[in-house]
Amino acid sequence: MFKIIKAEFIAPGIKRFVLEAPRIARKQKPGQFVILRIYEEGERIPVTIESSDPARGTISIVVQSVGKTTQMLNSFNSGDCISDVVGPLGKPSEIEKFGTVVVVGGGVGTAMAYPSAVAFKKIGNRVISIVGARNKELIIFEQEMRAVSDELLITTDDGSYAKKGFVTDELRQLIESGRQIDLVLAVGPIVMMKAVAELTRKYNIHTVVSLNPIMIDGTGMCGGCRVLIDGKSQFACVDGPEFDAHKVNFEVLVQRNAMYREQEQRSLAEYQRSKAAPSSVNAEHEACAGAPGGTR
Amino acid sequence: MSPTASKSLNPLSPKERIKIPRQPMPEQPPDVRNKNFNEVNLGYSEELARQEARRCLECAKPTCTENCPVGVDVTAFVELIVAGDFLGAAAKIREANVLPAITGRVCPQEDHCEGKCLLAKKVKPLGIGYLERFVADYEQRRGTHVLPKVPPTGKKVAVVGSGPSGLTVAGDLIQKGHKVRVFEALHELGGVLVYGIPEFRLPKQIIREQLDYMREMGVEFETDVVVGRTVTIDELMNEEAYDAVYIGTGAGLPQFMGIPGEHLNGVYSANEFLTRINLMKAYRFPEYDEPMLDLHGKDVAVIGGGNTALDAIRSALRLGAKKAYVIYRRSDAEMPARAEEVHHAKEEGIDFQMLTAPVEFLSNGKGWLTGARCVRMELGEPDASGRRRPVPIKGSEFDLPLSVAVMAIGTMANPIVQSTTPGLGTDKRGYIMADSEKQRTTRKGVFAGGDIVTGAATVILAMGAGRRAAASIHEYLTTGVW
Repeated sequence: MFKIIKAEFIAPGIKRFVLEAPRIARKQKPGQFVILRIYEEGERIPVTIESSDPARGTISIVVQSVGKTTQMLNSFNSGDCISDVVGPLGKPSEIEKFGTVVVVGGGVGTAMAYPSAVAFKKIGNRVISIVGARNKELIIFEQEMRAVSDELLITTDDGSYAKKGFVTDELRQLIESGRQIDLVLAVGPIVMMKAVAELTRKYNIHTVVSLNPIMIDGTGMCGGCRVLIDGKSQFACVDGPEFDAHKVNFEVLVQRNAMYREQEQRSLAEYQRSKAAPSSVNAEHEACAGAPGGTR
Repeated sequence: MSPTASKSLNPLSPKERIKIPRQPMPEQPPDVRNKNFNEVNLGYSEELARQEARRCLECAKPTCTENCPVGVDVTAFVELIVAGDFLGAAAKIREANVLPAITGRVCPQEDHCEGKCLLAKKVKPLGIGYLERFVADYEQRRGTHVLPKVPPTGKKVAVVGSGPSGLTVAGDLIQKGHKVRVFEALHELGGVLVYGIPEFRLPKQIIREQLDYMREMGVEFETDVVVGRTVTIDELMNEEAYDAVYIGTGAGLPQFMGIPGEHLNGVYSANEFLTRINLMKAYRFPEYDEPMLDLHGKDVAVIGGGNTALDAIRSALRLGAKKAYVIYRRSDAEMPARAEEVHHAKEEGIDFQMLTAPVEFLSNGKGWLTGARCVRMELGEPDASGRRRPVPIKGSEFDLPLSVAVMAIGTMANPIVQSTTPGLGTDKRGYIMADSEKQRTTRKGVFAGGDIVTGAATVILAMGAGRRAAASIHEYLTTGVW
């Protein structure tokens, strides 16, 4: 049982949770993730850790409502419990003094790129952040990113805030202006990460992306998260989740992530139907009755 | 090795014993069980058990016990069954084996106790596995295990992994008075017993009962801890003050063949396929959230010939597969799966394509699997494993239509613990080095055993390693001698 200490929507459909997870809080490094199983019948899903507070024994995650699990999780509030939180998993981001690092965050990916931006800045890099979303309401972590960036560029697809366009438009302008860029880290939707990779490949700028394939155990046991890197099979959970963007086969990632689309839609539809039913009892929330952490 | 029936509780003469046929295990009919996940074997009745037990020749030098990786005193427990003292028989087994209800179901007895049974020279071997299962289940139904009372030693042991070897270590050490805490990476305890072995071969309830028994004895369990990530071995020893650590993290990363098409949707590793079904209960989707591909009316194949392969394909059949194939590159004789499982699988209608291997997975052009291009093999000279090497027959390629293919061709070492524990020696394949006598690693106070040392093996071999490790951990904790 992992207790939710704080839960608040930071944008429509995007919720930030602070969870009691002292073991994970002590060990978390930027770029790592946790696997959640939110209730007894739940699936296991990977979520990048946004930050941790070892002194308080808490970690923070940011979750966007997409399918049944994320919608259900986003109905949880402080005081509720999550059945299982395991981590920190995956290799941490390689944080070095590269020179100038461009951190690109798309949508909820901004929260996941944030800890790396903090670390890049702390070690002495010049950090330029580009944050994008569909519209103004979905721009998250603006203040946080501004605080750790030497420059912050914002785009919205519909132009409702800052510059109209895509993060790649800003990145292209930066590159074409002749600025020295030593590393690009891009975290966000696969289409965005792919577009960033294609852009920087032309200029031979080292680029890292954080991949989000379907996972179960997250420890290398099941092989479900295999991704094609430079033509070779790698497991995102133990070999990643960050990879050299220019070596990633994004088509295979998109194809494999669509494997259960039919089931995901059915699951979501049934969840929404059950929620709408007047007789339904909201029994999904875990009572925090069990022992804390993984004690069983 | 002469039978010594004189002082036995068994009144029958050796001749009379040999005349009794091996008592068959009652089981669900094949055409019923291939549609459900209930256990295939139903277990002996008391009468069947006593009748089977009467067959034991009670050898003076029992080769069954000599060939048991955990050293169960077979003749003694079988004699107690003859006498009707089933609880006594259970206690006798428990002296050597903390998980009898599990080994009674999944141990390859033909390779160990039953394979060396003297009866097997003339007739069928004694049903030692069936008898073990019977007394373990009897004890469970009576709910009367005897809890050993031991004074605490004040020593603390961390066990990494709650699979068969870790549970054996925990069960043995708690009975020596040490404090034991087991760390498990997944949300459920049991390791491969839970995520790997299907319900129809080992019901989860059996594992839960064994775990409850261990809790009663005082073993502590913590799930959701990936040792190496959530906490390191050094942190366990230095910050959490464990006096010794046992690493039993089990089989690791699934292997793929490296042939074209392995990334297609529809190609699974056996670990993923079985984890979705067993651990995540994806077959009960949407009641459970974890999805899996719908197998109803589909053609499914597993590639490989081990127990994992059979577990996967027999699960596929139960989930509605129209055709269910085992594709194995060698012949029947080389198949590593347990004889009983192969027999059961054939009865259930699994199609065995022996001496066959896929060379490519075929797609519909949209990323989904449609079939496997296979080649027939013939056996050539023996290879490093001593088994005859399969050699492709030129021109024998054929296409097998498939919706789902499951790769069950083995595993590689999971590197998480090794890479985060300085000074922990590994072999060239990445497995942890531990001496085979005492299971000691290259780090003082750190022991290891099971698949993370040997590579993929069996439940009972992992338990054997656990038993050796527990004895040597106890010795280390009490003498301080490494």
